[in-house]
Amino acid sequence: MTLETKHLEITLETQVESVNLAEEMCLRVAEAAGFGEDDCYRIGMSVREGVINAFHYGNQERPEKKIHLAVDLTAEKMIIHVLDEGGGFRLTDVPDPLAEENLLSTSGRGIFLMRAFMDEFEVVEGRTGGAEIVMSKKLPAPGTTSPNGQGGT
Amino acid sequence: MFLRATHRDAGQVTVVDFSGRITLGDGSALLRKMIRGLLDDQRKQILLNLADVDYIDSSGIGELVSGYTAVKGRGGDLKLLHLTKKVRDLLQITKLFTVFDVYTDESTALRSFQ
Repeated sequence: MTLETKHLEITLETQVESVNLAEEMCLRVAEAAGFGEDDCYRIGMSVREGVINAFHYGNQERPEKKIHLAVDLTAEKMIIHVLDEGGGFRLTDVPDPLAEENLLSTSGRGIFLMRAFMDEFEVVEGRTGGAEIVMSKKLPAPGTTSPNGQGGT
Repeated sequence: MFLRATHRDAGQVTVVDFSGRITLGDGSALLRKMIRGLLDDQRKQILLNLADVDYIDSSGIGELVSGYTAVKGRGGDLKLLHLTKKVRDLLQITKLFTVFDVYTDESTALRSFQ
Protein backbone atom coordinates (compact mmCIF):
# COMPACT_ATOMS: atom_id res chain seq x y z
CA MET A 1 0.00 0.00 0.00
CA THR A 2 1.21 3.48 -0.83
CA LEU A 3 1.32 6.31 1.71
CA GLU A 4 -1.23 8.21 -0.31
CA THR A 5 -4.64 8.57 1.31
CA LYS A 6 -7.47 7.09 -0.71
CA HIS A 7 -10.80 8.85 -0.47
CA LEU A 8 -14.24 7.60 -1.36
CA GLU A 9 -17.45 9.57 -0.94
CA ILE A 10 -21.08 8.82 -1.64
CA THR A 11 -24.37 10.62 -0.99
CA LEU A 12 -27.15 8.33 0.13
CA GLU A 13 -30.90 8.75 0.15
CA THR A 14 -32.67 8.69 3.50
CA GLN A 15 -34.13 5.24 3.07
CA VAL A 16 -33.65 1.78 4.58
CA GLU A 17 -31.85 0.47 1.49
CA SER A 18 -29.03 2.95 2.08
CA VAL A 19 -28.02 1.04 5.19
CA ASN A 20 -27.20 -2.12 3.26
CA LEU A 21 -25.59 -0.16 0.44
CA ALA A 22 -23.27 1.68 2.84
CA GLU A 23 -22.35 -1.54 4.63
CA GLU A 24 -21.55 -3.36 1.39
CA MET A 25 -19.46 -0.48 0.07
CA CYS A 26 -17.38 -0.18 3.22
CA LEU A 27 -16.96 -3.94 3.50
CA ARG A 28 -15.41 -4.01 0.03
CA VAL A 29 -12.98 -1.27 1.02
CA ALA A 30 -12.15 -3.04 4.28
CA GLU A 31 -11.53 -6.37 2.56
CA ALA A 32 -9.35 -4.72 -0.07
CA ALA A 33 -7.40 -2.99 2.71
CA GLY A 34 -6.55 -6.36 4.24
CA PHE A 35 -8.84 -6.52 7.26
CA GLY A 36 -9.73 -10.03 8.38
CA GLU A 37 -13.23 -11.46 8.72
CA ASP A 38 -13.82 -10.38 12.31
CA ASP A 39 -12.69 -6.81 11.72
CA CYS A 40 -14.74 -6.61 8.53
CA TYR A 41 -17.78 -7.67 10.57
CA ARG A 42 -17.07 -4.95 13.14
CA ILE A 43 -16.52 -2.30 10.48
CA GLY A 44 -19.64 -3.35 8.55
CA MET A 45 -21.76 -3.32 11.69
CA SER A 46 -20.43 0.11 12.68
CA VAL A 47 -21.22 1.55 9.26
CA ARG A 48 -24.73 0.09 9.47
CA GLU A 49 -25.25 1.65 12.87
CA GLY A 50 -23.87 5.01 11.75
CA VAL A 51 -26.19 5.13 8.75
CA ILE A 52 -29.17 3.89 10.79
CA ASN A 53 -28.45 6.70 13.24
CA ALA A 54 -28.38 9.24 10.40
CA PHE A 55 -31.50 7.78 8.78
CA HIS A 56 -33.62 7.54 11.89
CA TYR A 57 -32.39 10.07 14.45
CA GLY A 58 -30.52 12.63 12.34
CA ASN A 59 -32.71 12.93 9.26
CA GLN A 60 -35.87 11.76 11.06
CA GLU A 61 -36.54 9.46 8.06
CA ARG A 62 -37.32 12.54 5.93
CA PRO A 63 -36.64 11.63 2.27
CA GLU A 64 -35.62 15.13 1.20
CA LYS A 65 -32.57 14.93 3.46
CA LYS A 66 -29.35 13.15 2.50
CA ILE A 67 -26.78 11.02 4.25
CA HIS A 68 -23.16 11.70 3.36
CA LEU A 69 -20.78 8.77 3.71
CA ALA A 70 -17.03 9.13 3.23
CA VAL A 71 -14.16 6.70 3.67
CA ASP A 72 -10.50 7.62 3.98
CA LEU A 73 -7.91 4.90 3.73
CA THR A 74 -4.54 6.04 5.03
CA ALA A 75 -1.37 4.03 5.58
CA GLU A 76 -2.43 3.51 9.21
CA LYS A 77 -6.19 3.26 9.36
CA MET A 78 -9.58 3.24 7.71
CA ILE A 79 -11.59 6.31 8.67
CA ILE A 80 -15.35 6.46 8.14
CA HIS A 81 -17.47 9.61 8.22
CA VAL A 82 -21.26 9.53 8.38
CA LEU A 83 -22.89 12.93 8.14
CA ASP A 84 -26.60 13.64 8.41
CA GLU A 85 -28.70 16.77 7.81
CA GLY A 86 -30.40 16.86 11.19
CA GLY A 87 -29.96 19.09 14.19
CA GLY A 88 -26.94 17.32 15.68
CA PHE A 89 -26.56 15.76 19.09
CA ARG A 90 -24.12 15.47 21.95
CA LEU A 91 -22.73 12.14 23.03
CA THR A 92 -23.27 13.13 26.65
CA ASP A 93 -27.02 13.21 25.97
CA VAL A 94 -27.12 9.60 24.78
CA PRO A 95 -28.40 7.25 27.52
CA ASP A 96 -26.15 4.38 28.57
CA PRO A 97 -27.76 1.22 27.13
CA LEU A 98 -26.00 -0.90 29.76
CA ALA A 99 -27.65 0.93 32.67
CA GLU A 100 -30.11 -1.31 34.47
CA GLU A 101 -33.04 0.98 33.67
CA ASN A 102 -32.21 0.93 29.94
CA LEU A 103 -31.57 -2.79 29.43
CA LEU A 104 -35.08 -3.40 28.11
CA SER A 105 -35.09 -0.33 25.92
CA THR A 106 -35.94 -1.18 22.31
CA SER A 107 -33.49 1.39 20.92
CA GLY A 108 -30.33 3.30 21.75
CA ARG A 109 -27.60 0.69 21.22
CA GLY A 110 -26.14 1.91 17.93
CA ILE A 111 -23.67 4.41 19.40
CA PHE A 112 -22.58 1.85 21.96
CA LEU A 113 -21.89 -0.76 19.27
CA MET A 114 -19.86 1.67 17.14
CA ARG A 115 -17.78 2.61 20.17
CA ALA A 116 -17.25 -1.04 21.03
CA PHE A 117 -16.31 -2.17 17.53
CA MET A 118 -14.09 0.68 16.32
CA ASP A 119 -10.73 1.91 17.64
CA GLU A 120 -11.67 5.58 17.58
CA PHE A 121 -15.11 7.15 17.67
CA GLU A 122 -16.38 10.70 17.99
CA VAL A 123 -19.31 12.86 16.97
CA VAL A 124 -18.65 16.38 15.67
CA GLU A 125 -20.76 19.09 14.12
CA GLY A 126 -20.71 18.55 10.38
CA ARG A 127 -20.68 21.07 7.53
CA THR A 128 -24.45 20.59 7.13
CA GLY A 129 -25.02 21.52 10.75
CA GLY A 130 -25.98 17.92 11.42
CA ALA A 131 -24.07 15.30 13.34
CA GLU A 132 -20.95 13.81 11.78
CA ILE A 133 -19.83 10.47 13.13
CA VAL A 134 -16.11 9.92 12.64
CA MET A 135 -14.78 6.48 13.44
CA SER A 136 -11.67 4.55 12.52
CA LYS A 137 -10.03 1.16 12.63
CA LYS A 138 -6.29 0.60 12.53
CA LEU A 139 -5.12 -1.41 9.56
CA PRO A 140 -3.74 -4.84 10.38
CA ALA A 141 0.04 -4.96 10.42
CA PRO A 142 1.37 -6.68 7.27
CA GLY A 143 1.51 -10.44 7.72
CA THR A 144 -0.48 -10.47 10.96
CA THR A 145 -3.98 -10.95 9.65
CA SER A 146 -5.26 -14.42 10.40
CA PRO A 147 -8.19 -15.84 8.43
CA ASN A 148 -10.58 -14.82 11.19
CA GLY A 149 -9.05 -11.40 11.46
CA GLN A 150 -7.73 -11.68 15.00
CA GLY A 151 -4.47 -10.04 14.00
CA GLY A 152 -6.18 -6.84 13.06
CA THR A 153 -7.83 -6.09 16.35
CA MET B 1 -29.61 -12.38 3.00
CA PHE B 2 -33.31 -12.11 3.81
CA LEU B 3 -34.75 -13.44 7.03
CA ARG B 4 -36.93 -16.51 6.80
CA ALA B 5 -39.04 -17.98 9.58
CA THR B 6 -41.05 -21.15 10.07
CA HIS B 7 -42.73 -22.29 13.23
CA ARG B 8 -43.72 -25.60 14.75
CA ASP B 9 -45.52 -26.56 17.92
CA ALA B 10 -43.93 -28.70 20.60
CA GLY B 11 -46.70 -29.10 23.12
CA GLN B 12 -47.49 -25.74 24.63
CA VAL B 13 -44.30 -24.25 23.22
CA THR B 14 -43.97 -22.78 19.74
CA VAL B 15 -40.51 -23.07 18.25
CA VAL B 16 -39.68 -20.50 15.58
CA ASP B 17 -36.78 -21.39 13.31
CA PHE B 18 -35.15 -18.32 11.80
CA SER B 19 -32.50 -18.15 9.10
CA GLY B 20 -30.84 -15.06 7.69
CA ARG B 21 -30.20 -11.62 9.13
CA ILE B 22 -32.33 -9.76 11.64
CA THR B 23 -31.66 -6.19 10.63
CA LEU B 24 -33.42 -2.88 10.05
CA GLY B 25 -36.28 -3.27 7.60
CA ASP B 26 -37.72 -6.59 6.51
CA GLY B 27 -35.82 -8.73 9.03
CA SER B 28 -36.96 -6.81 12.08
CA ALA B 29 -40.46 -6.51 10.65
CA LEU B 30 -40.75 -10.26 10.14
CA LEU B 31 -39.59 -10.97 13.70
CA ARG B 32 -42.19 -8.53 15.03
CA LYS B 33 -44.96 -9.94 12.84
CA MET B 34 -44.13 -13.51 13.85
CA ILE B 35 -44.19 -12.83 17.60
CA ARG B 36 -47.31 -10.65 17.44
CA GLY B 37 -49.05 -13.30 15.33
CA LEU B 38 -48.26 -16.03 17.85
CA LEU B 39 -49.54 -13.87 20.70
CA ASP B 40 -52.74 -13.21 18.76
CA ASP B 41 -53.14 -16.99 18.48
CA GLN B 42 -52.65 -17.30 22.24
CA ARG B 43 -49.27 -18.99 21.77
CA LYS B 44 -47.37 -17.39 24.64
CA GLN B 45 -44.55 -19.88 25.20
CA ILE B 46 -42.08 -19.07 22.45
CA LEU B 47 -38.63 -20.45 21.71
CA LEU B 48 -36.65 -18.63 19.02
CA ASN B 49 -34.16 -20.92 17.29
CA LEU B 50 -31.40 -18.62 16.00
CA ALA B 51 -29.02 -21.36 14.81
CA ASP B 52 -29.03 -19.98 11.27
CA VAL B 53 -28.99 -16.31 12.21
CA ASP B 54 -25.46 -15.04 11.97
CA TYR B 55 -26.14 -11.32 11.99
CA ILE B 56 -28.28 -9.01 14.11
CA ASP B 57 -27.96 -5.23 14.19
CA SER B 58 -29.25 -2.78 16.82
CA SER B 59 -32.66 -2.73 15.15
CA GLY B 60 -32.86 -6.52 15.40
CA ILE B 61 -31.75 -6.40 19.04
CA GLY B 62 -34.46 -3.82 19.71
CA GLU B 63 -37.05 -6.07 18.10
CA LEU B 64 -35.92 -9.05 20.20
CA VAL B 65 -36.31 -6.94 23.34
CA SER B 66 -39.67 -5.64 22.16
CA GLY B 67 -40.86 -9.20 21.56
CA TYR B 68 -39.58 -10.32 24.93
CA THR B 69 -41.44 -7.57 26.80
CA ALA B 70 -44.62 -8.12 24.73
CA VAL B 71 -44.65 -11.85 25.52
CA LYS B 72 -43.86 -11.27 29.19
CA GLY B 73 -46.60 -8.66 29.31
CA ARG B 74 -49.10 -11.27 28.15
CA GLY B 75 -47.98 -13.70 30.86
CA GLY B 76 -45.85 -15.82 28.55
CA ASP B 77 -42.17 -16.51 28.07
CA LEU B 78 -39.74 -15.97 25.20
CA LYS B 79 -36.42 -17.82 25.19
CA LEU B 80 -33.53 -18.20 22.78
CA LEU B 81 -31.92 -21.33 21.36
CA HIS B 82 -28.68 -22.07 19.50
CA LEU B 83 -27.02 -18.67 19.29
CA THR B 84 -24.22 -18.28 16.77
CA LYS B 85 -20.96 -16.85 18.10
CA LYS B 86 -21.57 -13.39 16.66
CA VAL B 87 -25.08 -13.17 18.12
CA ARG B 88 -23.93 -14.53 21.47
CA ASP B 89 -21.09 -11.96 21.60
CA LEU B 90 -23.54 -9.20 20.73
CA LEU B 91 -25.93 -10.17 23.50
CA GLN B 92 -23.04 -10.39 25.94
CA ILE B 93 -21.60 -6.94 25.25
CA THR B 94 -25.09 -5.39 25.40
CA LYS B 95 -25.74 -7.23 28.70
CA LEU B 96 -28.87 -8.82 27.23
CA PHE B 97 -27.43 -12.24 27.93
CA THR B 98 -28.51 -11.56 31.51
CA VAL B 99 -32.07 -10.80 30.37
CA PHE B 100 -32.83 -13.68 27.99
CA ASP B 101 -32.85 -17.35 28.90
CA VAL B 102 -30.48 -18.89 26.38
CA TYR B 103 -30.18 -22.61 25.61
CA THR B 104 -27.86 -24.76 23.55
CA ASP B 105 -30.10 -27.84 23.57
CA GLU B 106 -33.69 -27.85 22.31
CA SER B 107 -35.07 -30.55 24.62
CA THR B 108 -33.63 -28.77 27.66
CA ALA B 109 -35.10 -25.51 26.40
CA LEU B 110 -38.53 -27.09 25.91
CA ARG B 111 -38.48 -28.60 29.41
CA SER B 112 -37.64 -25.22 30.91
CA PHE B 113 -41.10 -23.90 29.96
CA GLN B 114 -42.84 -26.46 32.19
